[in-house]
Amino acid sequence: MLRLVVLTKPVPDPASGAERLRPDGRLDRAASPAVVNGNDEYALEAALKLTEAQGGEVTVLAMAPSNATETLRKALAMGAQRGVLVSDPKLEGADAPTTMRVLAAAIKTLEFDLVLAGVDTSDGGMGVVPAGIAVLAGLPYLSWAASIEPDSAAGTVRIRRPSATGFDVLEAKMPALISGTQALGAPRYPSLKGIMAARSKEVRTLSLADLGLGEAVPAEWTTRLVAAVPPPARAATQVVRGSAAEGAKAIVEMLSSRGLLR
Amino acid sequence: MSGTILVVGETVDGQLTKLSTEVATLARTLAEANGLAVAGLVAAPKGSSAGEDLARFTGGDVGVVSAEGPAALDGAVAERKAEYVFLGATPDGRDAAGRLSAALGIGVLTNAVAVAWEDGGPVVEMSVFGGKLVTRSAFTGKSGIVTVRANAVAAEPAAKPGRVTESTATASDAKVRVVDRIEEAAAAASIEDAAIIVAGGRGVGGAEGFKLVDELAEALGGAVGATRAAVDAGWINYSQQIGQTGKIVKPRLYLALGISGAIQHKVGMQTAETIIAVNRDPDAPIAEYADLVVIGDLFEVIPALIAELKARAG
Repeated sequence: MLRLVVLTKPVPDPASGAERLRPDGRLDRAASPAVVNGNDEYALEAALKLTEAQGGEVTVLAMAPSNATETLRKALAMGAQRGVLVSDPKLEGADAPTTMRVLAAAIKTLEFDLVLAGVDTSDGGMGVVPAGIAVLAGLPYLSWAASIEPDSAAGTVRIRRPSATGFDVLEAKMPALISGTQALGAPRYPSLKGIMAARSKEVRTLSLADLGLGEAVPAEWTTRLVAAVPPPARAATQVVRGSAAEGAKAIVEMLSSRGLLR
Repeated sequence: MSGTILVVGETVDGQLTKLSTEVATLARTLAEANGLAVAGLVAAPKGSSAGEDLARFTGGDVGVVSAEGPAALDGAVAERKAEYVFLGATPDGRDAAGRLSAALGIGVLTNAVAVAWEDGGPVVEMSVFGGKLVTRSAFTGKSGIVTVRANAVAAEPAAKPGRVTESTATASDAKVRVVDRIEEAAAAASIEDAAIIVAGGRGVGGAEGFKLVDELAEALGGAVGATRAAVDAGWINYSQQIGQTGKIVKPRLYLALGISGAIQHKVGMQTAETIIAVNRDPDAPIAEYADLVVIGDLFEVIPALIAELKARAG
């Protein structure tokens, strides 16, 4: 029986195209609807498939504002058994080291064989949090998994990690932390039954005090936003319609004028 | 001297990556202008020649630690006690950045497209929300870890190469074991390093169509990329996927063939310097942000383009 924890971060829906910061430089959560981070959904799908095949339970864990329970319900509707939400007003605007520290502390309160997460999130896209959690929680870290194969009898887990020429097979003892990608397989859509069942599933909320994390992280560990500006505007698009030869000529001219030809 | 920038060089098949030479160039330029020292580190078995290459770009001393695995690298970085650690923004680079931030208790800023030096420390420019916003961030303390995107600067060797010293690792990684390395195909050119990317989408129609994409990439000296639809269809490997759940790239040239350019793909490539698209559909979203859109059949336009390029190359 596998005990799996999946990190499922609520992020502004990238498909909305409406993500923005507030004047104070923090994420404007009112600007776009929250969804479960795409890469985390692949990890969740892998976790659900593993427990369906080998037996076990999936707990989803997130650090987010208190209204994120609604986003976690979607993960529960996909089939996870319960949710844990770490929420505290002091965590507003938390950066990567704070996130690592809080999630590592939250993980230590749970019993598990594996923690799964997406390799990165679509909002900040830093991709450093899973590795940091593994260090702080003292877990082996296997990253960029394209497949996950736990062997409960041996107490080990193997993953495939894409390399430049194929893939590496990596092995670690459980408990371990694994980050995964889209290669784990498309996430399922919640069924109507799943959505109904999710309403009554437990979502436990933990504060920083519950985790014994009173003080903020030391200043040496943090970063600060200096400025946020829109990206430089792109030049107007040149549109070419005509024969293939005319199209090819227009491309060569642009490449040549911009020094892009060998 | 008010500190050191340590550049961690990355190798593929024993060769120093192009991105590592760019990171070293960036670190050296910042160090020279701001009175810091620059040093390098390569942690790889048979890493001597990569170390020599890195020293040509750092101009500062480079240590080669003959070992493999995260613990060897982390241990060597910790021993060097540098104020700032610069790495490439690759899968291995970001893993190392996360581990080091947690282990050393210093801040981390990732995916730099530019780095300035203000008030005695680096200010890192990053593209967030899939390119919709550019942020500039700094470390609160006097130390930190920075990962740098490919093509943020052009690599340029130092006036004089640095010294290379070799040592053995003091830490080893018993937690993760490499059981097997499976070779499936010849290594595709890395899209993260590439200055030129030729990418194919649904419009390429199949693995057969990707041969034309390969051919154009070869003619231009670029790497081959793809959309999620092309990867899901099995026409090309996931390692070449660009976009929200694939890689984020910033090449000098992005040539998009049969790619509509919806938001999920756009977030992976919209910071490319020049974007050229070939598409049948004049209303494809990519037409809104490309520099040049050729409306037409890629199976006619690309052979004509390859012929034209070959004629010019003479």
